[in-house]
Amino acid sequence: MSANTPVAHDSLAARDVVFIDGVRTPFGKAGEKGIYHGTRADDLAVKAVKALLKRNPEVPAERIDEVAMAATTQTGDQGLTIGRTVGLLSGLPKSVPGFAIDRMCAGAMTAVTSTAGGIAFGAYDVVIAGGVEHMGNHPMGEGADPNPRFLSEKIVDPQALNMGNTAENLHDRFPAITKERADRYAVASQAKLAAAYEKGQIQPDLTPVAAKRPGEGWMLNTVDEPPRPGTTLEDLAQLRTPFRAHGHVTAGNAAGLNDGATAALLTSGAAARELGLSPKMRMVSFSFAGVEPDVMGYGPVPATEKALAQAGLSIDDIGLFEINEAFAVQVLSFLDYYGIDQDDPRVNRYGGAIAIGHPLASSGVRLMTQLARQFAEDPSVRYGVTTMCIGLGMGGTVIWENPNHKDFGSKA
Amino acid sequence: MTQEFTALAELMHDEVITHSLTRDITLVSGKKLVLLTLDNGLDHRKPSTLGPNTLLELKSTLTALSERAAAGEIDAVAITGKPYFLVAGADLSAVQRLNDPQAATAMATLGHQTYDLLADLGVPTFALINGLSLGGGLEIALACTYRTVSRSAGALGLPESFLGLIPGWAGIYRLPRLIGPEAAMKVIINNPWSNNRTLSGAEAFELGIADALYDSADFLERSLEFADEVLTGRREVTRPNAVDPADEAVAQRFVDAADQAQAFIDAKLGGAAPAPYKALEVFRQGIGRTQKESAQLEIAALTELMGTNEFRNTIYAFLDLVQKRGKRPVGAPSSKLARPVTKVGVVGAGLMASQLALLFVRRLSVPVVITDLDQSRVDKGLAYIHGELDKLQAKGRMSQDKVNRAKALVSGSISKEAFSDADFVIEAVFEELTVKQQVFAEVEAVVSSECILATNTSSLSVTEMGRNLKHPERLVGFHFFNPVAVMPLLEIASTQWTDESTVATAFALGKALRKTCIRSADAAAFIVNRVLLRLMSEVQAAFDEGTDAKTADNALAPMGLPMTPFTLLAMVGLPVAQHVTESLHAAFGERFKVSANVQHLIDAKVTKVWIKDEQGQQQLNPEAVAVIEQGDQPSSAEQILLRVQDALAEEIGLMLAEGVVAEPQDVDLAMITGAGWPMHLGGITPYLDQVGASERVNGRKFHG
Repeated sequence: MSANTPVAHDSLAARDVVFIDGVRTPFGKAGEKGIYHGTRADDLAVKAVKALLKRNPEVPAERIDEVAMAATTQTGDQGLTIGRTVGLLSGLPKSVPGFAIDRMCAGAMTAVTSTAGGIAFGAYDVVIAGGVEHMGNHPMGEGADPNPRFLSEKIVDPQALNMGNTAENLHDRFPAITKERADRYAVASQAKLAAAYEKGQIQPDLTPVAAKRPGEGWMLNTVDEPPRPGTTLEDLAQLRTPFRAHGHVTAGNAAGLNDGATAALLTSGAAARELGLSPKMRMVSFSFAGVEPDVMGYGPVPATEKALAQAGLSIDDIGLFEINEAFAVQVLSFLDYYGIDQDDPRVNRYGGAIAIGHPLASSGVRLMTQLARQFAEDPSVRYGVTTMCIGLGMGGTVIWENPNHKDFGSKA
Repeated sequence: MTQEFTALAELMHDEVITHSLTRDITLVSGKKLVLLTLDNGLDHRKPSTLGPNTLLELKSTLTALSERAAAGEIDAVAITGKPYFLVAGADLSAVQRLNDPQAATAMATLGHQTYDLLADLGVPTFALINGLSLGGGLEIALACTYRTVSRSAGALGLPESFLGLIPGWAGIYRLPRLIGPEAAMKVIINNPWSNNRTLSGAEAFELGIADALYDSADFLERSLEFADEVLTGRREVTRPNAVDPADEAVAQRFVDAADQAQAFIDAKLGGAAPAPYKALEVFRQGIGRTQKESAQLEIAALTELMGTNEFRNTIYAFLDLVQKRGKRPVGAPSSKLARPVTKVGVVGAGLMASQLALLFVRRLSVPVVITDLDQSRVDKGLAYIHGELDKLQAKGRMSQDKVNRAKALVSGSISKEAFSDADFVIEAVFEELTVKQQVFAEVEAVVSSECILATNTSSLSVTEMGRNLKHPERLVGFHFFNPVAVMPLLEIASTQWTDESTVATAFALGKALRKTCIRSADAAAFIVNRVLLRLMSEVQAAFDEGTDAKTADNALAPMGLPMTPFTLLAMVGLPVAQHVTESLHAAFGERFKVSANVQHLIDAKVTKVWIKDEQGQQQLNPEAVAVIEQGDQPSSAEQILLRVQDALAEEIGLMLAEGVVAEPQDVDLAMITGAGWPMHLGGITPYLDQVGASERVNGRKFHG
């Protein structure tokens, strides 16, 4: 079966959850020099939702049962129940509801899994799930007021509220993960993204965004701003380690501070059949799990364990990994746990957040969109994983099945 | 090349420049497009406009882009604006300064030279009409090869002829060829002269002004995608309404459309203002000419028009009066002194009272109670208000919820006790001083000492109404114009006792009612009616002296007033007009003559001087002829016009001397907003200066 042939809907159960499409804005660098300086976060999310609707004209807007939109800082242009505001601003019928969701970095992933739960239960047939983070408008931790009991009762080490520190802690826990390995991983991420751009694997799922920086004319942004193609190990070796002296974590082996938005369309198997949609992925299982907050980057490991167990699969069944690269060390701790080489071609084929950027609550859908494209490119793969670490010590994993695989839908 | 425009640029050294900001964009296909944003750097309250320095910057930017196009560096240029605006049109404060013909010609020429670059840049040009786009703003778009428009682009139009100009930056040439002559005439002539109607983005698209229509949420993205598709040949643009008058049948359509527009504007103006006629002339002459040839005609027309009094008067009326003075009334006390109005009482339930109650409840959304002497009148008043609210709902102007709310807020009573907790009570009862004094005595007995008492009297003394009040400091004249919902003017008159807090509250209330408020002293008939009645009194006198009706009634045609004196008389109603004239006669003496003939007509129950005969021609009403007695000293139309001009100059001069208003600008704004007098007269005083009446009568001009 070629990648472009619509899946045989016969293989879908009525309450299966399928990923129809995903799209995102190009990601920008947060701050005054970034492409989205002067652009509102809700407007970015609207661009993603409008693009999603335009790409899927078979879906009548009034059939959308929910708009779940994630943002970590839910104030200002990310406040006011952003799922609802984005629905209204995108011109969806007023009958279409929406809500806001927050699980920090896994916001969009949680938007997908919670609406997926609704689809499986029969409450929804068609949903939009996505996320947005304008870290220029909303610096990380803005307005946070940590409970003093975190400290007095040693519930959370205050150091663990700074994600960079948790990444350094992970290096402490796994001495085998050296700075050199982290840098090498980061160089590969940049190179893989550059290659994917070269092959046109990224652009199809980007929607151009017109933005106007103060004092400048309108610009059309069609590609990501953060990537630094051609980055070398030598370049990275020069960078300082801001979280601790003589540490491991640098701006080069971590994701930056970014602005961007994503949106995905998910439906029930029944709705996909009825509307004649071609699913790009079928959800197999999902799981979230907690770890100690001071090593939050380890979260994907227990989350993946749970998700695999629920699916009755083993790690060996997984043919593709889309793992969020908040920090290189966090990816490496996951790969080391499963004995996967850091250059394994199953992992982040298009590179990852170190190169593309990580606008917190938006990233989960980016992982899915990229996995969906790899599924289409590679029908030999049956199962793939999207996974990410989450602040305050969590991980989230969703396991997906490839409709292009010959055994799709048959009981394993 | 810019040498010839240096003086022009210096003339507007303090112009707020709308900059031409460019960004190079690589479209998805790889095509190179330069996106030019017109942006004055200010927020949405300050629309971007086109002054000479703005045009020079745009011209040099486009010149550089044409060089890049020639070098093969770029594939297209697109032009758009800052949020909510493409461009609001020519900078009127700049145009106002173009006093000598050389400067006017330079400005007109500069526009053409700049826009011609967009029309012939060497690569396709795209106008992305993201927002408001009027006059020269829309003409920028028309000069481009392609256009897209946002569904929420707000106002689009060519209002020039209303402002004393023509769409002479090729709009008058390009628009009819793009959308057909009939639709173009509507945009160029009919709309500007129909309360300055403009087009929405969707309407502009339907007419064929734009090639594509997109939602505002992703307007620029979709527009640039459109550009990409056009540039790569994936999209063919069709323009079913586009025509070429080289075709004889099309040329005939141009002629017919111009004739229809001419009939329309004749009915409106009767030739009193030159701009729309000049527009039609250039439109007609453009048939069979090239755009470059038409440009010369347009430049000549603009130069000529910019030198006319009508143009200067219009800009004065529009910019200085309606836009500025109308929004910040002169003589209004600080709004901080205003007291809240949470309940309104209206004494009376007749037509005027009901109209007032309707306006109050619609604009203030506070309880409004009407009273009258018996229940049946109250019920009739309430039924009228409910009926009008239902009509508004049927027209889609009010939602059912809003109508429900308004109906619930309006109540009626036969007892003035219902006013006990009101903050503002206005009377609209019969125009008789003793009746009004009686009403206020009764109201004052039930309301708080703070409650404002207002009178809608048109000719009685507010001071006399307050003489017996316990608290005359809260009495104010609050004079509306008929029909209340339509006419923008509200005259606010204070007496010697009225305190500033009361006046401030009246102004705040007027603003909330969305009226143009003008402060007047308490003098009989305040501003508008005094000027109107003086005018009618002179024409009536000329008639009574022996001038034939037609000559008398049409003598003022060169002024282009909205209706003839006898038509106005019939509209006001002869008894009402006579009543007011009697009040004015009592106040000011023989300047306001009480006409015996009008009294004869009233006594004979004749309501109209003119009637239409079977052919639809206006004829003297035989019933009127039967009762009228004329003298034997007829005047010519010219004599009457002169007589009226002088009388108006005298009356307004006296009003200023008496302190009825602060400045002649107040009279002008009042006549425009209260009587619909035309902007090309500047209201009235600039016209009186220009025809020499001010100097003849008062020895000096009103202005400068």
